[in-house]
Amino acid sequence: MSIIEVSGVSKSYGGVKANHDISMSVEKGGITGLIGPNGSGKTTLFNSIVGYHPIDKGSIKFEGKEISRMQVPQIARLGLLRTFQQTRIYSAMNCVDNMLISLPIRKMRFMDNFKRNTPEDHERADRLLEFVGLYEKRFLRAGSLSFGQQKLLEFAMALMNEPTVLLLDEPTAGINPTLINGLIDRLKRANSEFGITLFIIEHNMRVIMNMADSIYCLAHGEMLASGSADEVQNDQRVIDAYLGAH
Amino acid sequence: MSMQKTGFYGVLLAIIVAAPFLFPDFSTQLATLWLFIIVAMTWDMTGGQMGYNSLGNIFFYGTGMYVAAVIAIALVYDVGEYTGAAGGGRYDFTNQQYITGFLLGTLGAGVFCAVSAFILGYVLFGLRGPYFAIGTLGMAIAAGELVSNWDWVGGGQGITLPVYAGDFDQTKLFIYFAFAIVGVILFIFLKWLYSTRFGAAINAVRDDEEKAEAMGLQTLKYKLVTWSLSAFFIGMVGGISAFQLISFEPLESAYQTINLGIFMVVCVLLGGKGTLWGPIVGAIMFQIFKEVTWNYFLGWQWVALGALIVVTVVYFQDGLMGWLMHKKPEWFGVRVESKDDTVAEPAE
Ligand SMILES: Nc1ncnc2c1ncn2[C@@H]1O[C@H](COP(=O)(O)OP(=O)(O)O)[C@@H](O)[C@H]1O
Ligand SMILES: [Mg+2]
Repeated sequence: MSIIEVSGVSKSYGGVKANHDISMSVEKGGITGLIGPNGSGKTTLFNSIVGYHPIDKGSIKFEGKEISRMQVPQIARLGLLRTFQQTRIYSAMNCVDNMLISLPIRKMRFMDNFKRNTPEDHERADRLLEFVGLYEKRFLRAGSLSFGQQKLLEFAMALMNEPTVLLLDEPTAGINPTLINGLIDRLKRANSEFGITLFIIEHNMRVIMNMADSIYCLAHGEMLASGSADEVQNDQRVIDAYLGAH
Repeated sequence: MSMQKTGFYGVLLAIIVAAPFLFPDFSTQLATLWLFIIVAMTWDMTGGQMGYNSLGNIFFYGTGMYVAAVIAIALVYDVGEYTGAAGGGRYDFTNQQYITGFLLGTLGAGVFCAVSAFILGYVLFGLRGPYFAIGTLGMAIAAGELVSNWDWVGGGQGITLPVYAGDFDQTKLFIYFAFAIVGVILFIFLKWLYSTRFGAAINAVRDDEEKAEAMGLQTLKYKLVTWSLSAFFIGMVGGISAFQLISFEPLESAYQTINLGIFMVVCVLLGGKGTLWGPIVGAIMFQIFKEVTWNYFLGWQWVALGALIVVTVVYFQDGLMGWLMHKKPEWFGVRVESKDDTVAEPAE
């Protein structure tokens, strides 16, 4: 069963057709990959799904509900969350505070805002920081972490929010290569243990082939190919697109 | 530790209560100091904690003055006739009427301003950064002009309030304590508010509003609530100021954009944005600076004030508390460096 349905979506920036007539779907409970050379429109598609900008044409459904006209916080509150390619954390706060502010407030009433965080909230924050390997750094200012660590923190913050679907924009970019296997493992566990559907933009072919059940490949704003990891990996158009781009 | 804190707040409270009796000649200055502390703290709610720098919070101060005055008068007389007579007719108020008017007037001012902030916020919070600052300033300037052309509230002449038919010093004490009570309540309120999830949420709006939205925070709601709460307190002290001044004008006293409207920002910058104590410390520093320059450098006081603003903005952007936090982070429970410099390893 698909949880996200994108049909015929187009988005242009001025003259640039960043996405043209894109149709795809994300299976509930699985890991879906989105690949493509730089500038092929991957981030644009993410932005369209999460309501970051209005789309020019087409329809986007989440759990069967049309969301293409909804605002960013509204969509996030449905349980559809994204991380940023450029990594966004609250750099002046420490890691624990970053985690606590990411509590799933959609599951609370507005008045719960006027409570303090409970010991359970703190425990959850600590557990997830431990999960991504940042427990030792939990009291440091988030802005003082390395780029890779900030990415891990952003991932942990997303988990704290208990999303149904998590859209990750190049989660391994900038991460120390020796740590990438650890991260792949955690992404898989987020999917299998926490039951979060993942939709991952990944530039690194090895990484995505290792994880995704199905993969879509964009090139020049158009959907070039889709299928299982093996199918996409051996698709001549995909190989050409990647070779052509480098 | 907790004993120490209790002791500290106990001493502070004793000073607050004793001050006007110890320095009776300065009770007006002390009341003004409270006014500065309160407007600085309320300015910091949006400016420091939430990252929305309003230059128009004076709007709530001026509006609070007018609302309080109108309520106090309307409880006894017809407002139009009262202002139309402009002191000509005989409009006496009993002390009972004064007290009732004062209480309902200041509270009503707070409520009216809170509601105004909620409504105006819908439009103004669509603006970011400097546009928000200028938008709010425009709102305050426009309101001043509108009110000074509105005869029902006395037009450009302003308005005169009921006078308490008692001892002059007693009235001064009354006003001092009115400010002090609002100030203490505001402090306790903010100390609590900043410790809740709400406090963290408005900090998130300040640090990265786009991220906050992407995480599902309905930032507009938080912004409206914060500004309304802030306007509630400013409106109330506006009301108290109206009773303190007795007679006030729309542009010079109520919607005084370049005086109090800017001073509140300067206080916060001096003391340190986004901290609980910064606005208080800054207001005290500012008040001392102002008293000294206005008394000893008369004629140059505005130059000195301008220089102070420039120096603060250029060299001490984080204010005194920010500077202390930077020098002595451990005093504030901030950890800067970890002993362990190895890259985070996967936790098993
Ligand atoms: N905000 C924007 N304004 C103008 N052009 C943009 C903007 N964002 C992306 N683009 C353009 O859209 C195209 C697709 O970009 P993007 O979606 O970021 O690609 P990818 O994430 O696959 O690298 C590129 O040509 C890029 O320059
Ligand atoms: Mg991208």
